[in-house]
Amino acid sequence: MGINMESEKQSFLEFAYQLYKTMKTNEISLVYEGEVTQDITKTFTALTERNLTKSAESNTVQKKVFNVMVECLQNISKHADSLGGDEDEERRGIIMVSKGDDSYNIITGNIIKNQKVPELKSSLELINSLDKEGLSSLFKQQIRESTLSDKGGAGLGLIDIAKKSGSKLIYQFKEISEEASFFILTSIIKRN
Amino acid sequence: MEVINIKGTDDTPNVILDKSSGQFELSGRSLPEDVSSFYEVVLNWIDEYAADPLDRTEFNIKLEYFNTASSKVILDILLKFEEIVENGKEVVVKWFYHEDEEDMLEAGEEYSDIVDIAFDYVVYSD
Repeated sequence: MGINMESEKQSFLEFAYQLYKTMKTNEISLVYEGEVTQDITKTFTALTERNLTKSAESNTVQKKVFNVMVECLQNISKHADSLGGDEDEERRGIIMVSKGDDSYNIITGNIIKNQKVPELKSSLELINSLDKEGLSSLFKQQIRESTLSDKGGAGLGLIDIAKKSGSKLIYQFKEISEEASFFILTSIIKRN
Repeated sequence: MEVINIKGTDDTPNVILDKSSGQFELSGRSLPEDVSSFYEVVLNWIDEYAADPLDRTEFNIKLEYFNTASSKVILDILLKFEEIVENGKEVVVKWFYHEDEEDMLEAGEEYSDIVDIAFDYVVYSD
């Protein structure tokens, strides 16, 4: 048993080191899985802001990354479902921020009930079919027609992410059961 | 009228609403999770102000960031100022944006497409 524990410890250390190397190689500055609250959102955006300032990234890019992160995280804190399906359960998700040669990638993921997938998918398809001007028109139409939901959202988040990032939204739904899927959204912000 | 002077935090804006000195300002960051509860007092104040406004209202908006939930509330605020215009008084929105921030200028232009209020765009640098 002692030997087993020893090797378990070893493999964990090895795992930690591999993770560290992977993060370094891919310039991943943030990885998180857990509850997403307003405090978490504030902490992560402040941290990323500080890193960006240090890396002398342009003001424009810094603000875009900040904006997109806020919307992605607030989407999770407002809309993520849980496997238990209990409305009051904490809203969890993952976030990862990485820096590529010419862009920042913000990846978020959360559980969503299958019944909500078709609607979300068609919103995403609509958004991706529009150019800059089209997104602006859609935003203006939505902001006029929307009301703040009881969750405090106005249904504008994804349009805003597409507008600010200037790139198509990359997404995937992985079905995990008959009731729920895992929704992954990648937002790409070009660095120049 | 009562004066509203709310100091900003890292996720809520500075708000100054002062009829007697003619100062109307929204600045800083606005990304609270619960937008409604933060802005309720602001919206109520403007409702009361709209009933008996100054001949000319200059509303300064100098936001660094705002989330989409705030963008909805900002529209609600502007729609209240639009009522003042409809009642024959003058309202000018001074929309400040940083020189590096095309997005903030565009946000102002989108609002001015929606509401019937004069917008004055003011660029600033650090």
